[in-house]
Amino acid sequence: MPSKVQVHAQINGNPVEFACEPRQSLLEVLRDELGLTGTKVACESGNCGACTVILDGLPVNSCLVLAVEIEGKAVTTIEGIAPADGLHILQQKFLEHTALQCGICTPGFIVSAKALLDRYPDPSEQQVRYWLAGNLCRCTGYDKIVRAVLDAAACLRSPG
Amino acid sequence: MDVNNPYSENQQGPFRVIGTRPVRPDDTLKVTGQAIYGVDVQLPDMLYGAVLRSPHAHARILSIDTRQALALEGVRAVITAADLPDMSEKIAEMGDSQRYQNDNILARDKVLYYGHAVAAVSAASAHIATEALGLIQVVYEVLPPVLEVQQAMAEGAPVLHAGLRTDEEGMKGESPTNIASHMQTLHGDPAKGFAQAAVIVEREFHTSAVHQGYLEPQNATALYAANGQITIWCSTQGSFSARDSVAEILQIPAARIRVIPQEVGGGFGGKNRVYLEPLAALLSQKSGHKPVKMVMHHHEVLAATGPAAASWIRVKMGAGRDGRITAATASIAFAAGAFPGSTVGVAMGTILGHYRIENLQIDGYDVVTNTPWSSSYRALGATNAAFASESVVDELCEKLGMDPIEFRLINGVREGDPRSNGRPYARIGFLETLEAARAHPHYTSPLTGSHQGRGVAAGYWGNAGGRSTASASINSDGSVSLVTGSIDLSGTRMTLAMQLAETLGITVEDVKATVADTDSIGFADGSWGSRTTFSTGWAVYELGQNLIRLLSQRAAEHWQVPAAQVSFTGGIFTVGDQKLGFKELAARLNEHIPVMASAAVNPDGVGPAFAVHLVDVEVDPETGGVKILRYTAVQDAGKAVHPAYVEGQMQGGTTQGIGWALNEEYIYDEAGRMLNASYLDYRIPTCSDLPAIDTVIVEVPNPGHPYGVRGVGEMSIVPPPAALANAIHAATGLRLPRLPMSPARILEAYEAEEINEI
Repeated sequence: MPSKVQVHAQINGNPVEFACEPRQSLLEVLRDELGLTGTKVACESGNCGACTVILDGLPVNSCLVLAVEIEGKAVTTIEGIAPADGLHILQQKFLEHTALQCGICTPGFIVSAKALLDRYPDPSEQQVRYWLAGNLCRCTGYDKIVRAVLDAAACLRSPG
Repeated sequence: MDVNNPYSENQQGPFRVIGTRPVRPDDTLKVTGQAIYGVDVQLPDMLYGAVLRSPHAHARILSIDTRQALALEGVRAVITAADLPDMSEKIAEMGDSQRYQNDNILARDKVLYYGHAVAAVSAASAHIATEALGLIQVVYEVLPPVLEVQQAMAEGAPVLHAGLRTDEEGMKGESPTNIASHMQTLHGDPAKGFAQAAVIVEREFHTSAVHQGYLEPQNATALYAANGQITIWCSTQGSFSARDSVAEILQIPAARIRVIPQEVGGGFGGKNRVYLEPLAALLSQKSGHKPVKMVMHHHEVLAATGPAAASWIRVKMGAGRDGRITAATASIAFAAGAFPGSTVGVAMGTILGHYRIENLQIDGYDVVTNTPWSSSYRALGATNAAFASESVVDELCEKLGMDPIEFRLINGVREGDPRSNGRPYARIGFLETLEAARAHPHYTSPLTGSHQGRGVAAGYWGNAGGRSTASASINSDGSVSLVTGSIDLSGTRMTLAMQLAETLGITVEDVKATVADTDSIGFADGSWGSRTTFSTGWAVYELGQNLIRLLSQRAAEHWQVPAAQVSFTGGIFTVGDQKLGFKELAARLNEHIPVMASAAVNPDGVGPAFAVHLVDVEVDPETGGVKILRYTAVQDAGKAVHPAYVEGQMQGGTTQGIGWALNEEYIYDEAGRMLNASYLDYRIPTCSDLPAIDTVIVEVPNPGHPYGVRGVGEMSIVPPPAALANAIHAATGLRLPRLPMSPARILEAYEAEEINEI
């Protein structure tokens, strides 16, 4: 039985300490050790984006990150997107635009879209589509997802 | 009142709730990541399971040695087909399809496809379970595989099942074969009809198997308690059918099994069947009655769960100068995969089901191949069929010099025309859908670039009815808790709540809809066939009527008023000279004796759907790449209960159809191993592949539903491959008879044409 490694990191703004085997991915540790099942398991090979988290400011596929690699780093998961009270504008717009059907891809899309809008507050439709090309959805055909992200971007640019 | 439509008044509206776009309450948990899918289930003291799968496409199993695996620290149990109940005495009563189901769960004597399950283990962690698989020793006698349907039908092909004989309309053939059945429908005299035709087109088509491509892998967590009660948490499209399958496979009474359906991360037909549920239950029994969780890895999903069948289709159609179809024949062979039971019969019913054809012969062949056992995928083979027939129609129109929508208006089915079962069509909307497509600005907008072209294709989908139940109870504030057993794949909790709210005259916020487990609600057929909003909607409507009747009766008793003086309209009860709103009256009566009601249905009156798709493409002659410039999907929904959901179904099905048309296929090496079992190489459409998808919802109310509903979910996957094939033809002059129309195939077609022209 491989022995475990202690890891110290920050997850959704909170300091976290956990023990994990070196072979465990960040995705596995988030879901199975830390109880944060919002980040979804789908392809486990970096091709679908369902496991997207933000690691030190960059969106990554957590299935391709070993948990031991986040030592000293900051991670944001879907559980850390909403403010203390209510929903993030992206989450609200996904609801308003019916940008989800089964919803399994939704956490990954919202985290990816947040990373996009943090960087590029005024993306074109094409920029949105290319940024989100690493997030697969099989239910929606992406149309309403793209509209929701563009609408959220517009709202963030002109609040109130 | 329209004599042909007993619900015509009902359907006129005006509606208060139906047709609006409320936000679904459950969706909040989905955008925060708090919704629990089958893959998220966690139980105390839980073990993890994994499945050993065959590395060979066709082989006899000579021996399985599990001792080393059992000896690995952390492993609790290992099972093979030998641990399933011995069914040999029951084989005759069991029926073939049950035997195939059992053999698919764990291979008995032979493995029949790369990825066929051979053994399963339970262990303290998923990693240990995977390690244990590597220690199970299986000795195989490798046999030659047959991977393609045409090859499997040929003389001398390797035979998968020694006992299989072709079923020819009930008569069994004599020699060993891979052709499990041959079916035929025949009307009129096709030979005579072709003799009368001014133009005839005859073409042959091939399509690859394609996977439903849901993101959430198959999963099941099972607890086989020491008292023999089994509880299963899983992502399934049918909790009752899953329960019944597990009962059959493990030979345990269904009443001892409770299936608690979790949120499902995509199904599209691929989660109708069980794979892991019986294995998890059996492992739990053998692991000291601890819960066992099993989740497939994505490559197992692609390599080993049932896709839509590959197919080989020939179509011949003849038409007069006036555009009327005079005759048509079709021969459809489906690759059923490892066991018989493809959806070729459905393809036979849909291939030309939308046209009025007097002289028609359709032959269907169900053929086994050394590939995963084919399963349902959104519209069950109608897409394969439409790719063939709508490409031929396009060519006929070209030869006739006729507008493709005009041709379909001439030949399209309408109310009163006979269906394939002989009964006449009730009110349907094919002609209206065609008119709406023709009137759309897309149809006449100019194409300005080179190598651009526009394609049109139509499609037909019958939709399903089926058994549903619904139950409701009144809460202390008079609001209603609605419970059904219909798994919610994409928003049906809301469309059911909306139908109940409409029926009761209350707001949708006052109806809370949930999906219950198999112990807590009456039977429901699974969420398939685009049936939920229609069939379970009927149960909800009946339930609403029952609730109104009950409340009226109780109101009469409570206020001591003759029954004739109690009435209910528009959400208001009139009780003698009192007027009370639904909630107020319900809450008051509920205090004395709780108010609850139920309904169970299996409705007739299913309304078929029709669709017409328009697509503009630009083809790059150097790369063979196809860019979609514009897409418009037009579809008759009968009545769109929640228009945003209908739009979403249309956009989603269209996108799957686009993937089916342009990219998706199963790639095997000669030994029959799947080479592209990952989302990198099994390439489904991404966000950047597509433009916005415009949708037009036509509403020709279905006379068989109180609000006019027709199923919407499956229709939209049917036209896209044909529409794209026709658009590529318009852009390049090339006819692509093989799916997918990938860049490599388009370049081959260009080269073949150059060679022809030389």
